[in-house]
Amino acid sequence: MTQPSNVAYQVMWNRLISAVEEQAQALVRTAFSTSVREAGDLSAGVYDTQGRMLAQAVTGTPGHVNAMADAVAHFIRRIGRQNIFPGDVYITNDPWEGTGHLHDITMVTPSFHNDVLVGFFACTAHVVDIGGRGFGADANSVYEEGLYLPIMKFAERGTVDETMIRIIRGNVREPDQLVGDIYALASCNEIGHRRLTAMMAEFGLDNLDGIAGYILENSRRATLERINALPHAEASGEMTVDGFDTPITLRVQLSIEKDRILSDFDGTTGLDKKGINCPLVYTKAYACYALKCAIAPEIPNNAASLAPFEVTAPENSIVHALHPAPVALRHIVGHFVPDVVYAALDQILPGVVPAEGAGCLCNFQVSLRPRSDAPAPADAVRSEVLTFNSGGSGARPAHDGLNATAFPSGVMTMPIEATEHAGPVIIWRKELRPDSGGLGTYRGGLGQVMEVGARDGHEFDISAMFDRVDHPARGRRGGTAGAPTTIAQDDGTPMRGKGKQFIPHDRRVQMAFPGGAGYGDPQARDKSLVRRDLLRGYISPETARDAYGMSEADIARIETARKSGDER
Amino acid sequence: MSKTSVRLGVDIGGTFTDVVLEVADQSFSTKVLTTYAAPENAIIAGMHQVCAKAGISPDQIDQIIHGTTLATNALIERRGAKTALITTEGFRDVIEMRTESRFEQYDLNLTLPEPLLPRQRRYTLLERVDARGGVLIPLDRSQVETLADQIGEAGYDSVAVGLIHSYLNDAHERMIREVLAEKLPDVMVSLSCEVSPQMREYERFNTTVANAYIKPLMKSYLGRLKGRLRDEGADCDVFLMHSGGGIISLESAAEFPVRLVESGPAGGAVFAAHIAARYGLEKVLSFDMGGTTAKICLIKNQTPKTSRVFEVARTYRFKKGSGMPISIPVIDMVEIGAGGGSLAHVDALRQIRVGPESAGSEPGPACYGRGGEKPAVTDADLVLGRLDPDTFAGGAIQLHADRAEAALRTHLGADLEMDAPTAAFGLAEVVDENMANAARVHAVENGEDLSEYTMIAFGGAAPLHAGRLCEKLGVDRLLVPPGAGVGSAIGFLRAPFSFEANRSVYMKLSDFDAAKIKGLLSDLKAESEGFVRSCDARSDILCEFKVYMRYTGQGWEIPIVLSAAQAMAPEAETFKTLFEQDYTKLFGRTVAGLDIEITVWSVNATTPPDPVLREETTSGTLQAPVDAERQMFDPAQAAFLTTSVVQRAAMTVGAEVAGPAAITEDETTIIVPESRRAIRQPDGCIDVIRKG
Repeated sequence: MTQPSNVAYQVMWNRLISAVEEQAQALVRTAFSTSVREAGDLSAGVYDTQGRMLAQAVTGTPGHVNAMADAVAHFIRRIGRQNIFPGDVYITNDPWEGTGHLHDITMVTPSFHNDVLVGFFACTAHVVDIGGRGFGADANSVYEEGLYLPIMKFAERGTVDETMIRIIRGNVREPDQLVGDIYALASCNEIGHRRLTAMMAEFGLDNLDGIAGYILENSRRATLERINALPHAEASGEMTVDGFDTPITLRVQLSIEKDRILSDFDGTTGLDKKGINCPLVYTKAYACYALKCAIAPEIPNNAASLAPFEVTAPENSIVHALHPAPVALRHIVGHFVPDVVYAALDQILPGVVPAEGAGCLCNFQVSLRPRSDAPAPADAVRSEVLTFNSGGSGARPAHDGLNATAFPSGVMTMPIEATEHAGPVIIWRKELRPDSGGLGTYRGGLGQVMEVGARDGHEFDISAMFDRVDHPARGRRGGTAGAPTTIAQDDGTPMRGKGKQFIPHDRRVQMAFPGGAGYGDPQARDKSLVRRDLLRGYISPETARDAYGMSEADIARIETARKSGDER
Repeated sequence: MSKTSVRLGVDIGGTFTDVVLEVADQSFSTKVLTTYAAPENAIIAGMHQVCAKAGISPDQIDQIIHGTTLATNALIERRGAKTALITTEGFRDVIEMRTESRFEQYDLNLTLPEPLLPRQRRYTLLERVDARGGVLIPLDRSQVETLADQIGEAGYDSVAVGLIHSYLNDAHERMIREVLAEKLPDVMVSLSCEVSPQMREYERFNTTVANAYIKPLMKSYLGRLKGRLRDEGADCDVFLMHSGGGIISLESAAEFPVRLVESGPAGGAVFAAHIAARYGLEKVLSFDMGGTTAKICLIKNQTPKTSRVFEVARTYRFKKGSGMPISIPVIDMVEIGAGGGSLAHVDALRQIRVGPESAGSEPGPACYGRGGEKPAVTDADLVLGRLDPDTFAGGAIQLHADRAEAALRTHLGADLEMDAPTAAFGLAEVVDENMANAARVHAVENGEDLSEYTMIAFGGAAPLHAGRLCEKLGVDRLLVPPGAGVGSAIGFLRAPFSFEANRSVYMKLSDFDAAKIKGLLSDLKAESEGFVRSCDARSDILCEFKVYMRYTGQGWEIPIVLSAAQAMAPEAETFKTLFEQDYTKLFGRTVAGLDIEITVWSVNATTPPDPVLREETTSGTLQAPVDAERQMFDPAQAAFLTTSVVQRAAMTVGAEVAGPAAITEDETTIIVPESRRAIRQPDGCIDVIRKG
């Protein structure tokens, strides 16, 4: 056949992107875990026969980006090309060959067109339970963190491996949910495959070589143009966060060179004893995400557009944890990577990147069970409930930070009504946290407060996954820090920011999630924004007066306006 | 409704108010400029115009059916009433925190849309219902009374009430309404358990707030309209088209005005559904392309596909997530920023991008010669030979090919090393592919294969692009109806009276309770039939039974249609079989060993559609007279081809022209690609069919 025109290639590229979006959509529609179906913690992509990622759905999780990009090559190597058949579906949750922890299941499906292997579809989703100690920081090695599924076949020539399903069912707390999610992942690849083969038939393609070359070459060139327009420079950034028992310092040396940007994490703290260590693949994902946002936001993710962003770190530093380090909460360190990268980038490109924000998602998982201190009612049950929540994002050079909005993660929170259907948990409060945004010409985003308990007759363990208790987000260019995380029981019993903690019957956990930091001198803040913030209750009268110099008369006037629901 | 009745259809759009009067078999239409300050004025003016054309007086009109973008615009432009939200203690910020995510992952300067109500207008009460509908904290009436006083003092016009889990237990919401009605009889109240009784607090609260926000405005407008019509002699029933493609009473519309959102496009879908019925088509894709957006809708069994949630007022390039979710029964359409005025540019990847920015009518595309410099879709259409520069819009606008070429060369060609025609080809292919992708994604979400579909195209720009879209989607047949310019208003007159009654009641197939199901569906049937009966005392009423099912533990259901027999004598095994069939069709395989549950029950009662004369499809019996020939680019052939130009008016019944051809009329041009031929049907539709 003749070489397709550039116009035809453009059409095919769009078509592939739309195919992976459909693939992701199918996963949301069929998934069981609230983390997938409500929060969108998933990703989906299409690959050529060499395992090079050609297109990826824009979903909630930049953390899956690079990890997924590398995963398919591991599958090809482990399964062996001679063992790849039509109707096959492969699975793994290997933290180092998948996406960083056992709770992410990655599934890969080879795509055959006219009996010839033409590519692969892969997808990843975060499941609520994988057995072991349960989702949390408490394990001392990956062996304690749950069931490990090496790269293997979930289905061969269309037949599901029932033995594997039985092993999985026998090792996890919510077997129906997990097996349902595995089927959902398989379905979603099937949808992508159907779309790809229809496209190949329409354009008369026998393979993806031409379109792959077109996508990768255009992406590579566009990315390099952006990088080469930057000054060649070096800068370093550093940030210290809570860690589990001892603080962690993340350090990066950023070098912008011809045709590449290197992020070197030399000098970063070593492994933690507990499960907050991060495999390099996940560190790389977030370093790359941070740089792409600032430098080349509109270039889609694929093997070529990601390649110029190189990341190195010393082995067994906390950003390059090797097997068998515990890694369940690798997202905590991973989510802080952009703030560290921006500390460096801000010196090279001032006025582009935000101040520090809440950083890591404010997640917790509750393991509910019938009360043990007194007879439990007959309908009391055991259940695992996971929630994702966000603090405030950092203020930007010309905008306030976003209130209770995830950055760098992009997952959604679950509706509390859906969460309460997932188990006997009660979310008593989930609302904005006034005065938690750092002060500045632009204010940091507000964090949020949450209060969680159990239905009558239940007690629970809460697995806390919070940081910024002792190390709040730092302001930029005169902006001040955001409010730190706090956590305690409703009777005042203090609690830790990380780890599994028991909550007796009738007690609740009260949490306040961190605010983003401010940007620029607070005195330079537009007075009308200060008035708006006070009117809405984003800030207290004390803050308006002490930090922004608002007069008592103005404060009194705004308090009156608030009572009558005025807009200004 | 009887054939002899006189009916008026009115569609208030952003620019024009379209009025269509049908007297027996005759139809009279007009377009008048929308009068924003008092929209009823345009209706009165239009009514008099069409009455004069028909030679009747307004008091002879039996029925008026009305659809409008006023509700949508009030939400987009934030012109609603002073509104308060009352919600559960601890959840004041639900409508502001949204999903806590960013709808555009890579934009560091992203701003989120402001909620409809700022924080100081959101109030809380101590109360709580749990996920099983049980009361955890009872609501204290005196607490409500205190809040009512506060709301009275602040001078609110409207109040939205949204409490956690109220879709399972509405007692607290109803108590709040009771107290407000006693203490503040003039304040309008909207309850979430009535406006949108569905799980997921953000969507439910937001829908209720939107309803409350536009209620005073819409209630006042509808009241004035009724009065003005009466004063002008049209003292007849006035009904409203709703978002779901059915008709509701004026009173009901005033109570739930959020249900009027997107009623205009819904009318367009009904218009297409009616043509589908006329041709006996089971699977139709309606394609409506105007100046700034294109809308695509699936119509199965002559009924537009409906959905239970959609997004209004997207703030960021039509991007999903950047608007407000509204969960009401709605005709499920995809809308994308692709119209005749959509502008093209070259991005960092050296790819051509089109829309959603539009040249609008001022300055318009470059070829209008009114100062537009960037290339628009219409510029590409002109350069590719699809438009005649001298007869565009009936000759009202002279098009300038040189300006179009210059815009294409400067803004696309220079970067991509393309001449103007190649750039035009690229631009047109990109916009067509965007629309085709939107259609494909929409089809997949609904488990449909578009190659089995027929396309029906209307709106000014659709006939220019529909042929190519059919090639891309593997669609063999395209119908372009006459009267497409006022399609929505015609659609209103075709819409049945309908009402969908819903209940959220969870039931697992392992706890299948046939008696309870029969009772529930019977209640819903009585409720929906009762409403339809109140609109039309004589007509037959049809009922559609639907249940939403999923594997226990999933978050999203798929709709399963039951026959009347299956609904009235329910059996678990039947429900399971129906679910597994549809699930497999959608997602490839069922999941072994899991329980299945039903979450929502719904009965839609509707009057039967007007009996339609089934038109015989004639194969081409004579050659259409060819007016001229010109060179037109055919994208599938990637070349300019000699093309026949035919006037639509000159095509008699059965006249045929083979592609490549351009069939011209004042409002638009139908492009027949080289791969197709076109036949004029007895009802005036142009039938564009794949050759061979």
